[in-house]
Amino acid sequence: MHMADALISPTVGGVLWTVSAGTIAYCSNRVKQEINDRKIPLMGVFGAFVFAAQMINFAIPATGSSGHLGGGLLLAILLGPHAAFLSIASVLMVQALFFADGGLLALGCNIINLGFFPAFIAYPWIYKRLVGRPLKPSRIFFAAVVSAVIGLQLGALGVVLQTVASGVAALPFSSFLMLMQPIHLAIGIIEGIVTAFVVLFVYRARPEILDAALRSQPIGQLPQRTIVVTFLVASFTLAGGLSWLASESPDGLEWSIAKLTGAEELPPPSSTEHVRASALQDKTAIMRDYAFPPDNENENLSAGQTAPLSTSVAGVVGGMVTLMMCAMIGLLLRKCRK
Amino acid sequence: MLAIDGSTLDFKRLDRLALQNTVIHRIDARVKVVTTIVFIICVVSFDRYTIAAMLPFLSFPIVLSVLGNLPPGYLLRKLLLVIPFALAIGLFNPLFDRQVVLRFGELNVWGGWVSCASILLRAILTASTAIILVAVTGFPAICAALQKLGMPQVFAIQLQFLYRYIFVLTDEAVRVARSRQLRSFGRRGLGLHQFGSLIGHLLLRTWERAERIHMAMLSRGFQGEFQATWGKGRLGRDDLFFISGWSALFVFFRFYNLPQFLGNLMTWRIP
Repeated sequence: MHMADALISPTVGGVLWTVSAGTIAYCSNRVKQEINDRKIPLMGVFGAFVFAAQMINFAIPATGSSGHLGGGLLLAILLGPHAAFLSIASVLMVQALFFADGGLLALGCNIINLGFFPAFIAYPWIYKRLVGRPLKPSRIFFAAVVSAVIGLQLGALGVVLQTVASGVAALPFSSFLMLMQPIHLAIGIIEGIVTAFVVLFVYRARPEILDAALRSQPIGQLPQRTIVVTFLVASFTLAGGLSWLASESPDGLEWSIAKLTGAEELPPPSSTEHVRASALQDKTAIMRDYAFPPDNENENLSAGQTAPLSTSVAGVVGGMVTLMMCAMIGLLLRKCRK
Repeated sequence: MLAIDGSTLDFKRLDRLALQNTVIHRIDARVKVVTTIVFIICVVSFDRYTIAAMLPFLSFPIVLSVLGNLPPGYLLRKLLLVIPFALAIGLFNPLFDRQVVLRFGELNVWGGWVSCASILLRAILTASTAIILVAVTGFPAICAALQKLGMPQVFAIQLQFLYRYIFVLTDEAVRVARSRQLRSFGRRGLGLHQFGSLIGHLLLRTWERAERIHMAMLSRGFQGEFQATWGKGRLGRDDLFFISGWSALFVFFRFYNLPQFLGNLMTWRIP
């Protein structure tokens, strides 16, 4: 499931953007250093492959519905974690741009949820441990299903945490968790089975591909552990900072701007235009928080006092006027262009 | 079957829109990317109950799509496909947030409905600008812009490769899916087992194709980077005007509630 821009706050989006950009930079470096340049076209073409494979549906047994491949784990199994992470990130970027799937600010969240967890948690820590050597079909099947389930559960948990931390949706943490995890358990099992079928096919047709992929990165190497630890430390630090931010002020942008400009007001300008403009601003600024009274005013509301009808009406009327103005601008430009 | 063909056609159409030559298309890609990011940050930084103050932001997608000569029906159709997800989560808001925040006479409006509408508006604004950005810039130019803004080179190459082969491989996937469908009867032959070997074949073909491509590229002198030919080096006057004008407008819209001001003017006499 893709996170959407509409559901995240700039702080959460920015933090995950930073974390995923850091991981991309790290993986780019690793891929550049250690892998022969033969892998670079392979990464790109495999990204396109996942994209194409997602268009082909299959029937899910005993349900009557159909699904498609996610592909994160499959890429990790075929390319190894670093190249797979870059490949998944690039697919998500194309989806965000061409289909607005997720969105540009939520891209960081999606790269972490759908790329980091399968490539850096599920593949090295679950799949590789379970599959063992030498390769056997039954073990490949089991390892693929278990690691796909765990990867998707972590991804779903990521979506829940990011949504709740953003505070745009009102769904409480526990209910959202109860909604997301079971759905993704089912999706994870299907994804695991499909991945296993594809990997088994490759195993039968070209066993050396899987063998090479497994051999290229020995398990438990320091860098991989470092990246997981760095990620966890960064996330917890940022999450701590975030919750503090959220309690200090619900609006991250206003907070940071207030911090940038300092507590003092800017010196008042002297020209007449400025004075006139600021008088106008004062008049309207009183109404700025229109119709959405703070908590104490809300209690008054429920106690049956008069509601700020005029401001709510003004908000609705103003909104309509703005909408009409936007439409008019569009129509006028259209006319002018022709 | 038609659905798959349709979605690739849809994809190609968006790609082709970027080949036009309009005022908006001529603006530097970096400028458009940064302006879009400023736009999105301003929009999502609004309080969860904000609706009216967000409406002026509609002017950006509208102006860009009109000046960029983008077909409005097509954009709306694409938008309709993406909104359901955000809305699905947003529709839970009225269940959990029953605080009355608006009151029109006898009609009480719960905070949940207001924030749900706010989510819908956010989805419309952010999704439309993302699609419009591609349609007026083009994917290769966006990649080049991101690389100039500091994206690692390996990742930039990855994106370029992906973009080039998406069209080839989706066409192949469409053909494979069509022939599977023609040979299957009802739901027979559409199961997981067949899917596994079908995708496996596609995968091996892809693998061999990638190796051929790589050899062909090496023999033509590929040394690990694409030579970018698009985009000017320096920003022109139009570019600077675009980025500063829109950014200033976004900050103004963000901190100054224009619709409220207009509404106050219009409803002066209502107590």
